[in-house]
Amino acid sequence: MITDSATATVIETPGRMAPENYLSCEHSARSWLLTTDHKRIGILYLWTILIFFTIASVAAAMMRLELLTPQGDLVTSETYNKLFTIHGVLMVWFFLIPSIPTVLGNFVIPMMLGARDVAFPKLNLMSWYIFIFGGSLALWSLIHGGVDTGWTFYTPYSSTYSNSAVVLTALGVFVTGFSSILTGINFIVTVHKMRAPGMTWFRMPLFVWAHYATSIIFVLGTPVLAISIVLVGLERVFGIGIFDPKLGGDPLLFQHLFWFYSHPAVYIMILPAMGVISEVIPCFARKKIFGYNVVAFSSLAIAILGFLVWGHHMFVSGQSEFEGLIFSALSFMVAIPSAIKVFNWTATLYKGSISFHAPMLYALGFIGLFTVGGLTGLFLATLAVDVHVHDTYFIIAHFHYIMVGGAVMAYFAGIHFWWPKITGRMYPETWARLAALIVFVGFNLTFFPQFILGYLGMPRRYYAYPDEFQVLNVLSTAGASILGIGYLIPLVYLLWSLRYGRVAGTNPWHATGLEWRTDSPPSTENFEETPVVQEEAYAYDEVPEEVSLV
Amino acid sequence: MSNVAARVAEQFDDAVQQRESATVGMWIFLATEGMFFGGMFLGYAVYRSSYPMVFGASSQRLDIVLGTLNTALLLTSSLTMAMAVHAAHSGKRRSLVGFLFATIVLGAGFLGIKFYEYFQKFEEHLVPGKGFVFEGADSRHAQLFFSFYFAMTGMHALHMVIGIVMMGVLIVFAMRGKFTAEYYNPVEMAGLYWHFVDIVWVFLFPLLYLVERS
Repeated sequence: MITDSATATVIETPGRMAPENYLSCEHSARSWLLTTDHKRIGILYLWTILIFFTIASVAAAMMRLELLTPQGDLVTSETYNKLFTIHGVLMVWFFLIPSIPTVLGNFVIPMMLGARDVAFPKLNLMSWYIFIFGGSLALWSLIHGGVDTGWTFYTPYSSTYSNSAVVLTALGVFVTGFSSILTGINFIVTVHKMRAPGMTWFRMPLFVWAHYATSIIFVLGTPVLAISIVLVGLERVFGIGIFDPKLGGDPLLFQHLFWFYSHPAVYIMILPAMGVISEVIPCFARKKIFGYNVVAFSSLAIAILGFLVWGHHMFVSGQSEFEGLIFSALSFMVAIPSAIKVFNWTATLYKGSISFHAPMLYALGFIGLFTVGGLTGLFLATLAVDVHVHDTYFIIAHFHYIMVGGAVMAYFAGIHFWWPKITGRMYPETWARLAALIVFVGFNLTFFPQFILGYLGMPRRYYAYPDEFQVLNVLSTAGASILGIGYLIPLVYLLWSLRYGRVAGTNPWHATGLEWRTDSPPSTENFEETPVVQEEAYAYDEVPEEVSLV
Repeated sequence: MSNVAARVAEQFDDAVQQRESATVGMWIFLATEGMFFGGMFLGYAVYRSSYPMVFGASSQRLDIVLGTLNTALLLTSSLTMAMAVHAAHSGKRRSLVGFLFATIVLGAGFLGIKFYEYFQKFEEHLVPGKGFVFEGADSRHAQLFFSFYFAMTGMHALHMVIGIVMMGVLIVFAMRGKFTAEYYNPVEMAGLYWHFVDIVWVFLFPLLYLVERS
C-alpha cells in the first residue's frame, strides 16, 4: 500500500486520463511488435485470441444450424467432422487455455505484485510470436483440407487411418505448447522473485495464486502433450509403431498420455477463471474474502489432484475395472477444493454490501453455472452412470457448463473489471448488464437441453439424429443464437468505449490491490516508485456514503 | 558490484535478483524437459514389461562398444562444461572459450558416433517401417524396441544439437567480452541444460544398451 496521502490524491482526481501511459508513449507498429511491456503483450494476446474465438464460434454456429433438423442438410458428414474439430482445437488451445492467463494475467499480475514487468519480458514477447506461428499453422491446416479426428487426435484413427491434415494441425498445437510453457515459467519466476517489499505469499491476491497453480500445470503437463503429439507424428510419417496394434503397440497408451495433459488442461482453463471471481466477488460485496488461505491452497490442490484423474476419460476404453475404481475415487476428490471455493465465495457474499455491476453479474453467473457443471462432473466420475452417458450430449453439456459457463463468463467478468485499468475508460454499464443477462439466458437455453438429450441417448459428434430429439435441438440452436448476440454486444460497446467511454480514473471500483493504486492506463513502468505493501489482500470496508460506486 | 558491470535488465532491482530468477526459470524449464522425456520413458517401461524377452534380444543388436565410448565422451563433456562455468566465474575469458570449445568437440564426437550407429542400423534393416527385418521369434515387438531406440536417442540428439548451437553463441559472446566474473548467467544456464542432456543419456544408455547382458 502506498502512503495515505498518495491514496488521497488518487481518489480526488477521478476524471483524469493519465497523460503519459503505456498506450500513449509510442504509436508505431514497430513499438507494438517489438514491445516487451507485459501490458502491451496482453493487448496483443487480446486481439489474437479474439480472432480465434470468432472463427471457432462460427464453426459452432454452423454445427448448431446443421443440428436444427434431424437429417443432414447444411453440410456433409465429413464437413461436420471437420467443423467440430476446428471448434474444439481452436477453442481449447487457442482460446480457453491462453485466454485469462495471457491477456489478464499478463496485464495485471506484475502490477498486483508491485513489479515493473514479468521476470523475462523477452520470453513473454517470444511466447506471443510462437503462439501466432502455431496458431497460423493450425488454422491454415484446419481450413485447407481440414482435420476430422476431433480435438483429441485419438489413435489409431489419427495415426493410421485419417486422410486429413493431422500432422500439420498437431504441429500447430505442438508449437503453441511452447508459448504455454514460456508463460508458465514466466509467471512462476515472477511470483517467486518479483514481489514488491512487504508482498508476502499470503498477501498476494488470489488471482495470483490461481495463476501460480495454473503455471504448474503449464510447465508439467504441456511437455507430455508435446511428446504424445511427436509420437503420433512419427507414427504417421515414419511408421514407427508405438501406438499401432499391428506392431504390438497400444492405442490406449496414447489416451493415457493425452489425458495426462488434457485433463489438467481443463484446470488450466478453470483455475484462472476462479482467480478472476476471487477478485470480483470481494470488490462488489465490499468484504474481505472468506477463508483466504483455504481458497489459495485449494487452487494448488486442484492443480495437483488434476494430475491424478486422467483415467476417468477412459472408463469405457478398456482400462481395467480396478483402474476405473481408483480414478473414479480420485475424481471425486477434485470436488472438495472446487466446492471449498464455491462455499467461500458464497460466504463472502453473506452480509456483504452487494452491487450488481456487470463484472459481478458475470461472477454470480459463474458461481451458478460452475456449480451445475461441477455437480454433473460427479455424475460422470461415477462408473455406472458414465457408462450410460459416455460420449453423449450429457458430456458436451457438462464441459460447456465449465468451459463456457465458467471460463468464458469469468473472462468477461475480468475484461469488464479491468477494462478501466486497461483502457482508462469505463464501458457503458447498462449495456454491459444487459449483455451479461443475455449471455446467461442464451447459455442456459443452449446447453441445458443438451443434458436431457444426452441422458436420452443422443451421441456426440453426429450430424444427423432421430426425429424425437428435434425439439430439444431446436431449443439449443435458438439458445446459441441468443448467446451469439450476447457476445456481439460487448464487442460493439467495448470498442465504442475506447473513444467515447467515460474517463475512469485510477480506481473506479474503489478496489484494493496494487494495480488500482497506479494510473489508468498505467505508465510503462507501472509505478512511479516501487510500492511497499503493509496489509493483507482484500482489506475492503463498505463504501463510504459519499463515494458511491460509479 | 555495480549494476552496469553486471548488466542488470530493467525489470530487476539488482544482479542477485536477476541471477536467482534465471536459475529458478531454468530449473523449471528442465522440469518440463523431464516430463517430455518422461512420456517416452513411460512408454518404454510399459512395453518392456510386456515383452521382456524380445526387448532383451533387440538390445543385443546395439553396439555396446560405441555406446560405452559415447557415454565416456558425454560424461567428459559435462566435466569440460563445469570447467567452463568455473572459468566464467573466475573471469578467465581464454579458458572459458577453450572449455566451451572442448565441450562442442566432445558433443560433436558423440553425435558423429551416434549417426554412425544409425547408419549401421539402417544397413542391418533395423529401422522401423516397411524395410524392418529382425530374425527371431517376435519381430513385431522388436520393431517396438527400435521405435523407442530411435525416438528416444533421436530426441536426445536433437537436444544435443541445440546445446551445441548454444555453446557456439556463447563462444562468440565470450570472445566479445560480454561475460564478466559478475555476469555470466547465460554460461551457467547453458551448463545446467548441458548437464540435463547428459543425465538423460545416463538413463538411456542402460535402458537401451544394457538389457539382458550378463
